[in-house]
Amino acid sequence: MTRVLEVNNLRVSFPGTGHTRFYPVDGVSFSLERGEMLALVGESGCGKSLTSLALLQLIPPPGRIEGGSTIRLGDTDVLTLKGEALRRIRGRRVGMIFQDPMTSLNPVFTVEAQVIEGILAHFKISKAEARDRALQLLREVGIPDPADRLKAYPHQLSGGMRQRVMIAIALSAEPEILVADEPTTALDVTVQAQILEVLDGLRTRRGMAVLLITHDLGIVAGRADRVAVMYAGQIVEEAATARLFANPSHPYTQGLFASVPRITGPLKRLNPIRGSVPAPAAWPTGCRFRPRCPQAFDRSETEPPLIPVEPDHRMRCWLAEDPNTSRSLFLDS
Amino acid sequence: MTALVSVRNLVKYYHSAGLFGRSAPPVRAVDGVSFDVGRGETLALVGESGCGKSSVGRTLLRLQEPTSGEALYEGKDVFSLNRTALRQIRRRMQIIFQDPYSSLNPRMTVGAAIAEGIEIHHLAPRQEIPGRVAALLEEVGLDPTYARRYPHEFSGGQRQRVGIARALAVQLSFIVCDEPVSALDVSVQAQVLNLLADLQHQRGLSYLFIAHDLAVVRQIAHRIAVMYLGRIVEEGSTNEILSDPRHPYTVALLSAVPEPDPSARRARIVLSGDLPSPSNPPPGCPFHTRCFHPLKDTRCRIEVPLLRPVGGTLAACHYAESTPRAVADSVA
Repeated sequence: MTRVLEVNNLRVSFPGTGHTRFYPVDGVSFSLERGEMLALVGESGCGKSLTSLALLQLIPPPGRIEGGSTIRLGDTDVLTLKGEALRRIRGRRVGMIFQDPMTSLNPVFTVEAQVIEGILAHFKISKAEARDRALQLLREVGIPDPADRLKAYPHQLSGGMRQRVMIAIALSAEPEILVADEPTTALDVTVQAQILEVLDGLRTRRGMAVLLITHDLGIVAGRADRVAVMYAGQIVEEAATARLFANPSHPYTQGLFASVPRITGPLKRLNPIRGSVPAPAAWPTGCRFRPRCPQAFDRSETEPPLIPVEPDHRMRCWLAEDPNTSRSLFLDS
Repeated sequence: MTALVSVRNLVKYYHSAGLFGRSAPPVRAVDGVSFDVGRGETLALVGESGCGKSSVGRTLLRLQEPTSGEALYEGKDVFSLNRTALRQIRRRMQIIFQDPYSSLNPRMTVGAAIAEGIEIHHLAPRQEIPGRVAALLEEVGLDPTYARRYPHEFSGGQRQRVGIARALAVQLSFIVCDEPVSALDVSVQAQVLNLLADLQHQRGLSYLFIAHDLAVVRQIAHRIAVMYLGRIVEEGSTNEILSDPRHPYTVALLSAVPEPDPSARRARIVLSGDLPSPSNPPPGCPFHTRCFHPLKDTRCRIEVPLLRPVGGTLAACHYAESTPRAVADSVA
């Protein structure tokens, strides 16, 4: 396997009151292999979107990436890049799609102009060749009558079609990695299914790695290879998807699963996590989940590192060091 | 069970002036919808964006005027009430919205917002109002001292609780819940769903629960009506709709629900194409342009199917008897 991305100890800060800064992303590390899909899962405010923006140095000021963070794209050290060098990796090596395709498309240009613009920015080819390639891309993302759709303006397309156009634009530079930030959240479920099929197909055919950022455990199951659950600016649990869904071990992950309504299986009253996600300026000390955790104990007052539960399955909870406790937790969940 | 709310042939068209003053075809948001909601019952109105489900809820409370049709609340025709009578009935019927922030006045304390309904309807002497507000806050799981705070000081879930407390402040029996949990994070969504279920139980409330998420609906609804392009295409008990759906659209909708369980290998039906425009709906069965039913034929393109009993539900499909099912061969 080829490692295409490695993020180490990523910290993103914003100015707080007075001269303080707070850290919405606070020590996030993960890696991505060629053709792999990693899902970064968490509730709003957990830092998942800022993590993805940091990959291309897109953190809006006055936010900044703190020293000591590293992001390696193959051999490239992203955080040392500036200007033209940085521009060359944006889109070209890492493509991005966002939740709302309407705000990312320019309403006064046709689909054709916008797809071709992307192609010509990265490749020295003729306009006619670029147009052929645009047609091909639209076909690849499953747009019917692609020749007609090229002439359309964004407002003439449905939400699902716009998201396909965005994927086509992201693909036009043939990136190694596609970052998909809540790509289906604004779409209806039947359309959501279509878009997820498109992403899956691209990964298999092109060997593109996908970083899927989502709040929805449902779309992760059966799609992502690995899952990293984020809470309060940190990854709190990480494992292969099947493993994580079979053995959610961190009390937060367990709480998330107990909160999700299911369409099949016995109908039970939901068992929600108490309270709500704290604000980034007020991350609790010690274990950040402690104030909401039904299993908090004396050690939770010290901040836990990511501790292995099994090989290739880690969690940020001291319970991982006590096999008896964690086993009984699984039975409860 | 006698119905608390009965809706018959509700139609809501939105007219807009077309380009250069020519009249454009109306958007047929709701195109002949009928249903009953019993006392203490939750009916879920389910469908994708643009199917007309929110228009039904808003028209029912006369936040918008209907184009035609009838809505009875305890036998009284809501659509023919004058202003005074309408105000009376709004003590009984309330609505909570997806985004509680936009429905709360940012310059009014939460306590004042909750007290507003009590004052307008003269439901309590002035000196008793603070006590009532405190009790309502407690009932929705908030600290009574929060009455002095402003909406921006609350999280999304807390604001939705304030919205619920505000609805409960009047002598309520019926709430239109318009996507009340879809803007909330899962952990908070579960809290609000449990709260709505508890309130229904304690106060005998009836809900019209408008939502797009069938898994959420399963937690709270007794019956489900599935809407597509302004029409109800299938209706039945929650259990029947989820276990034995007869309309192909319901089957597709169910199969598309992402289930957080990799071992539940469910057959997914990926519908082709998009929702047709509600200002230019296809003739015949509204769903025929995306339908995957193997028996689909010219009849579907010409004749509008009516809701009729098939199996355990009412389904509007000519061939509902043989609708293919996406059977869940779940591997435990």
